[in-house]
Amino acid sequence: MTEAQAAQTLSDLLDGYHPREGMSDEMMRGDGTLREAWQPFIDFLSGRTREDLAQRFARGDQYLRDAGVFFRQYTTTGSTERDWPLSHIPVVIGAGEWARLSEGIVQRAELLERVMADLYGPGKLVSDGLLPPELVARNPEWLRPIVGIQPRSGHFLHFLAFELGRSPDGSWFVLGDRTQAPSGAGFAVETRMATSKVFFDHFPGANVERLAGFFRTFRDAVNGLREDDGRVAILTPGQHTDTYFEHAYIARYLGFMLLEAEDLRVDDGRLSVRTVNGTDPVSVLWRRLDSRFADPLELDETSAIGTPGMVSALRSGAMTMLNCIGSGVLEARALMAFLPRISEALTGEALKMPNIATWWCGQEQELRYVRENLQRMMIGPALSTSLPFEVDGATVLGGTFRGAAQQPVDDWLARDGAKLVGQEAVTLSTTPAMIDGQLVPRPMVVRVFAARTPQGWTVMPGGYARIGRTEDPTALAMQSGGSVADVWVTSDRPVAKDSLAAQAGGPYSRRMPGALPSRAADNLYWLGRYIERAEGLVRQLRAYHLRLYEAGDPEMPLVAHIGSFVSRYGVDLAEPVPAGLLDLFDLARGCAGKIRDMFSTDGWHALDDLAATAREMAAAEPGDDTARVMGLLLRKLAGFSGLVHENMYRSTGWRFLTIGRAQERAGQIAEMLGAFADLEAPAGSFDVAVEVGDSVMTHRRRYAVETNRNTVIDLLALDSENPRSILYQINILQEEGEALPRPDNQPGMSDFARRVLRLRTRLATATPEELTTERLAEVGAEIKLISDALGAMYLE
Amino acid sequence: MLYDITLKITYTYETPAASNRVMLRMLPLTLPEQKLISGFVGTDPQPDFRRDRSDFFGNPMTELAHDQALSEVTFRFAGRVRRTPLDVSLDLSCAHAALPETLAAIRSIAPESPHHFLGTSERIRHEPEIVDYARSQCEPGMSTLAVVRALASALHRDMTFDPDSTEVGTTAIEAFRNRRGVCQDFTHIMITALRALGIPAGYVSGFLRTYPPEGQERLEGADAMHAWVRAWCGGETGWVQIDPTNDMMVGADHIVVALGRDYADVAPVKGSHRAMGGHATTHQVDVAPVV
Repeated sequence: MTEAQAAQTLSDLLDGYHPREGMSDEMMRGDGTLREAWQPFIDFLSGRTREDLAQRFARGDQYLRDAGVFFRQYTTTGSTERDWPLSHIPVVIGAGEWARLSEGIVQRAELLERVMADLYGPGKLVSDGLLPPELVARNPEWLRPIVGIQPRSGHFLHFLAFELGRSPDGSWFVLGDRTQAPSGAGFAVETRMATSKVFFDHFPGANVERLAGFFRTFRDAVNGLREDDGRVAILTPGQHTDTYFEHAYIARYLGFMLLEAEDLRVDDGRLSVRTVNGTDPVSVLWRRLDSRFADPLELDETSAIGTPGMVSALRSGAMTMLNCIGSGVLEARALMAFLPRISEALTGEALKMPNIATWWCGQEQELRYVRENLQRMMIGPALSTSLPFEVDGATVLGGTFRGAAQQPVDDWLARDGAKLVGQEAVTLSTTPAMIDGQLVPRPMVVRVFAARTPQGWTVMPGGYARIGRTEDPTALAMQSGGSVADVWVTSDRPVAKDSLAAQAGGPYSRRMPGALPSRAADNLYWLGRYIERAEGLVRQLRAYHLRLYEAGDPEMPLVAHIGSFVSRYGVDLAEPVPAGLLDLFDLARGCAGKIRDMFSTDGWHALDDLAATAREMAAAEPGDDTARVMGLLLRKLAGFSGLVHENMYRSTGWRFLTIGRAQERAGQIAEMLGAFADLEAPAGSFDVAVEVGDSVMTHRRRYAVETNRNTVIDLLALDSENPRSILYQINILQEEGEALPRPDNQPGMSDFARRVLRLRTRLATATPEELTTERLAEVGAEIKLISDALGAMYLE
Repeated sequence: MLYDITLKITYTYETPAASNRVMLRMLPLTLPEQKLISGFVGTDPQPDFRRDRSDFFGNPMTELAHDQALSEVTFRFAGRVRRTPLDVSLDLSCAHAALPETLAAIRSIAPESPHHFLGTSERIRHEPEIVDYARSQCEPGMSTLAVVRALASALHRDMTFDPDSTEVGTTAIEAFRNRRGVCQDFTHIMITALRALGIPAGYVSGFLRTYPPEGQERLEGADAMHAWVRAWCGGETGWVQIDPTNDMMVGADHIVVALGRDYADVAPVKGSHRAMGGHATTHQVDVAPVV
């Protein structure tokens, strides 16, 4: 038996595990014994072989990849999507301890609400001397247009996150309040799913508190904030933000619409979303966008991701926003220096959970204290909203600058004191991470979530922990290589198994899919068009390279004729897999990327695979080799189409995708016939038409003759049973068009429907002789007008 | 002095601009030294939505929206204002050196609090070159008002008024390096300088009387909306207004429209015109004394 196959004993696991001197460890007490809450999990772990654990970990990673969980990592040259860095060993915390921690969180959430209400209301904290005026007046997140606004719900804050650490003495403290637009709740769910896959046989019996109850309560609370029939939506900055995946995920999980600024408009002080059914009022907006970008009219005028009039809608009380614009003011580090006193003054109670000790250097006494204790201070910008461990070059740690900025710290403090805070350089607790088969202590912080309900604040039982890559507590951020672990809150009694999904056999309610935002419809429509355009181009390129291979001469009339036809896409035929084709895949992927909440992970992977394959094959030889590559791409394209056709729910979204494809295909065939079914075209053109039209077999079966103009036009333009004919595609436009909603509520036929019906009638009654090259050009032009009519009605 | 004032701002678009939502700050404030006797802000064509209110600093503002795409839109103000200039000949301001202490005693974030007017704001950055310039104009023992006056004179001396050198988006540092600009640039540079010296400073938008009294020169900036500086000189003196473009204390010939931290707070028309092509803007101002 090799080492990897042997089940580990408890001592194999723990003998090499040594918590660091002067730090608390989540799993192990100072005397080397296990904490109670960890015992069952460690017992389970010690019975496994290394091989088994490796397989389990791989299973968790695979789950995350299949689910499409990623985060965006920023580098100096741009950003890329990275796998979610799961640390497979959960952090285990007993339910009793968690309950005490939750009390501190609830108290803090209520306090923050009162602070915000004061800062945007009477301003008594400042006039009573509890908060220096410059920390408010110079805070870029204190937004003057919000002053005086009374939130419709009666509250500014509805969903918060907190970053917690544990001191050497075992007590918890707050490192940062995340009040602006806290992210991570969706990641907490996915991290939980992945970890429960890793420990699939241990987790169900481990009495781990479930997260679903928290989300159900929150969802119901949010739905309860609606007035009249308005919708609930999540406002995201879009796919280029680092947490877009999470926005899409949580929207799907909770059944809320996912919107971007351009979906929204404000009319008469009311907020509404542009959908393909017309405009729909929005009553509750969960903002995942930083406040100052939310409205270019009243806030940051340079914002391209805001909705003009948003603040006005908030002011008129026509909607509730989670959290109210301006909530970022509570994230400033310097506020931590004053919260303990504010708590006592406002509530008569001390903070149940302290926050990181903070001194604002704009006060003489505090400044002196920071100077005298430089060695254990972290000094940085007072109004920064970064967490203490997210240090940068302008941070002084232990008396020296982290970056290249070199100046005496004393001078800096003397000159810029009012702009600086000192924060106690924290000692975090450690928790075990599995590194090279060994449990190793690593620093960690826990992110905890709290939601407002009609009964008060509720705290998610669990969350996730960020685990340092090294022992350096400043390397916790995922951006600098940290990883993420599930947090298990374990009870000593069995917990209710719970999920947001309906119980088997129980009553169910079918949630009708909401109206489709016009932007999403537009992206689906163009996804359909780009994919179909790519397919057409691939077929043409294959025909070209086959002929080139047979003729061996690009100047041969037929080869040159195909070549010039293909080149109209701006394609360079010298490139076997032309850049123009790769662009189409990227465009398709771009459209899909903007609607991740309504596009399946499989479909996304299929698109990714297509683009990657095309790139890998870019070095093919012209001729036969390239024709083979095009064949491969066609099969992959067919795979994607199959997914869409077989698996996608026949929603309005699917119809827009289908209409996009049908329209693109009809237009392409018309254009292609114009070039290859023309009597003047070089010999062999009719066969090219039938081949590019993927109808070689059908032609052979249906017509007992060689290809001639009439057979080609009949089959590819007028045959209502051939999916590769213009008429067939126009019939699809008619069918799907009829199933679409009418946003304008006008009686009678829409311009779109009228144009489709006219074209259909003309084609259905035409003979091949009538459909001359000139007439085909008219058909092509009419298809473009149909596209414009669709756009005017739904997409603009 | 009594003035009849008209202001007309017209936007012309190459292709019609949809979703025209704007905020106007065109109606003059009522202040101790100034009274709006009558006045109206209007638009052509008529808007589909209109709401009038005050902003954080108390400036009257109008929110407007047009549903239809527009190829041309005009915003106008017409009204009568009485101006009674304050006497600012006596310097009761606190010593520049004592200002930090005076400020620290003011515990307020209400709109009139000087704390809003320090540090950075949307159009005011920390600019070391302007800081050095500002320091070089100060001498020990100066009163705050003396510093303010010295800076206005220095800028008037060192800068050239040149309407062709800058546009509405020009930053203070760009104009300062060229030593050229219009009233907006003079004002932004002076605000940057004053704040660097710890003196709370803000932006005033307004009008100048178009034709001066007989025998006096026509002031720069009279043919468009004008801008000048507001500086806080301690608890006793409070806010004073000074026009660095013309190097003068603000008096009977200046009419205040709006107060803010910088241009972004008081722009007469702020809005989102979703236009594909370019656009042209024309301003017309007429400020006539009522005889």
